[in-house]
Amino acid sequence: MTTASTTGTAAIATRPRLTERARSERRLGWMLSAPAVIVMLVVTAYPIVYAIWLSLQRYDLRFPDDRKLVGLRNYGAVLGNEVFWQDLTSTLVITVISVVVELVLGFALAWIMYKAIFGRAIVRASLLVPYGIITVVAAFSWRFAFDPTTGFVNGLLNTDRSWFSASWTSYLVIIATEVWKTTPFMALLLLAGFTLVPDDVVKAARVDGASAWQRLTKIIIPLMKPAILVALLFRTLDAFRIFDSVYVMTRGAQNTETLSILGYNTLITRLNLGLGSAVSVIMFLLVILIAALFVKGFGADLAQQRGER
Amino acid sequence: MATTGSTAKRTPVDSFVWALGTIVVVVYALVPIVWLVSLSLKPADKLNDGKFFSGSPTMENYRTIFKDPQFKHALVNSIGIALIATVLAVVLAMFAAYAIVRLEFPGKKLVLSGALAIAMFPPVAIIGPLFNMWRALHLFDTWAGLIIPYMTFTLPLAIWTLSAFFREIPWDLDKAARVDGATPFQAFRQVIAPLAAPGVFTSAILVFIFAWNDFLFAASLTSTNRARTVPAAIAFFTGSSQFDFPAGSIAAASVVVTIPIIVMVLIFQRRIVAGLTSGAVKG
Repeated sequence: MTTASTTGTAAIATRPRLTERARSERRLGWMLSAPAVIVMLVVTAYPIVYAIWLSLQRYDLRFPDDRKLVGLRNYGAVLGNEVFWQDLTSTLVITVISVVVELVLGFALAWIMYKAIFGRAIVRASLLVPYGIITVVAAFSWRFAFDPTTGFVNGLLNTDRSWFSASWTSYLVIIATEVWKTTPFMALLLLAGFTLVPDDVVKAARVDGASAWQRLTKIIIPLMKPAILVALLFRTLDAFRIFDSVYVMTRGAQNTETLSILGYNTLITRLNLGLGSAVSVIMFLLVILIAALFVKGFGADLAQQRGER
Repeated sequence: MATTGSTAKRTPVDSFVWALGTIVVVVYALVPIVWLVSLSLKPADKLNDGKFFSGSPTMENYRTIFKDPQFKHALVNSIGIALIATVLAVVLAMFAAYAIVRLEFPGKKLVLSGALAIAMFPPVAIIGPLFNMWRALHLFDTWAGLIIPYMTFTLPLAIWTLSAFFREIPWDLDKAARVDGATPFQAFRQVIAPLAAPGVFTSAILVFIFAWNDFLFAASLTSTNRARTVPAAIAFFTGSSQFDFPAGSIAAASVVVTIPIIVMVLIFQRRIVAGLTSGAVKG
């Protein structure tokens, strides 16, 4: 970003000098956005650069004197470790399954909100409860419900299953919690997407004899595509950094450990800033990769979404 | 907002199906909450009876947690930290959103896309550096140590929501004020700010919910009652012995911190929905 004065002088040669008013407007624009921009840069950009720097060092806070630059060795250690690949797999499993379920369920919920005759306010308020509730609290509720000693689920299903002692049942409960908590957010974004579907078009299709299913798949979903993609992108990136509910329910036992838990354990529990920062940086790059894949795959639709305001 | 559904005539069967749908949604959303309430009211000897409702409810668990200094501190920390983070984030976002919507200046696209990038940023990527920096700056285990990251990670949401709301404000009033001789800043303070209040309020609610909810930063950047917030306190809660896992107390504490959220949701549901959707669709 250049300052107002240098831009002003540089502009003289090529185009008419900016009016006093335009220049003061620019200055005010920069002044008003500066605090937010500076805070965001200082608290995210600087630490991520610092994380890259830390990731190149052998740096364990329990042995602070043994600190030295080791190049990319931490990355080799992380990527060469089976735990990392196991955690990446479980993160992806949780992300993909929960986002797919949320999309389908969210669509149904959005449709009910859209169509509900009586009690639209009740539906909306109830759905906001899972959205607003603390994730740790939601995770405890589900954990207690499935726990063989405190829970009611085993009584209901007439079994004595120990849900958190097996891998697939642990995944099941973790994903169910994630889905319960975040589907309402998905549903609200999709509900907003219904505004992109003109009522007339749907009615015309009905008159032309299109079945309800055809109207949904041939008209409504294609028209809502931009809203669906935005919701998917946000939820995918959000699910990918899942931490709270896994921490509360299994702490990563039964192979449910996710990348965020791995990063937290390495950095905060084991105080290994070098290795932990390598995990952090890898995670950061993976998020960029996911976002880039979305933009590359659906860029045109996202741009269209932005242009429609 | 497209909350006005189709106006086509409905048959009784249709009405029945949608009414059923409504009931299913309400049950879906509320069962885990009702379960927590029920669990928190169970007397100690019925905690493990495997029933959804046990009967003979007692307030014992609530008395226990309010006697626990750890919980009281956590509650105060949570409220204080979330409120301060909310005010700071919304004020900064208000300035930025006003500039983005109302002023022409180079770099404004960059502010918006930068904010979007931060909304996607994985917090775990910076807890290590923040942990180390905060220890050096004496911000570890302080309110400020949590307020700063909360403010940062909610700025994108606040900026996008506020920009969407600010676009709906009638431009002419602002222009009129400037024609009448008001400086851009006066126009902002005296004309736009009061009109923008509903949007500001909405983004404040969303920011508050984020700060109130966070666990990762609270678990990483605090270590004692000085700054530990409720989610971290509940997650690290242990009973008198390690074999006595305090399910009842955790349930009671969970209910206490869920009540403000439910009240907020009931009162401001329209605004929250408008805020969440405006940022996503119009942003």
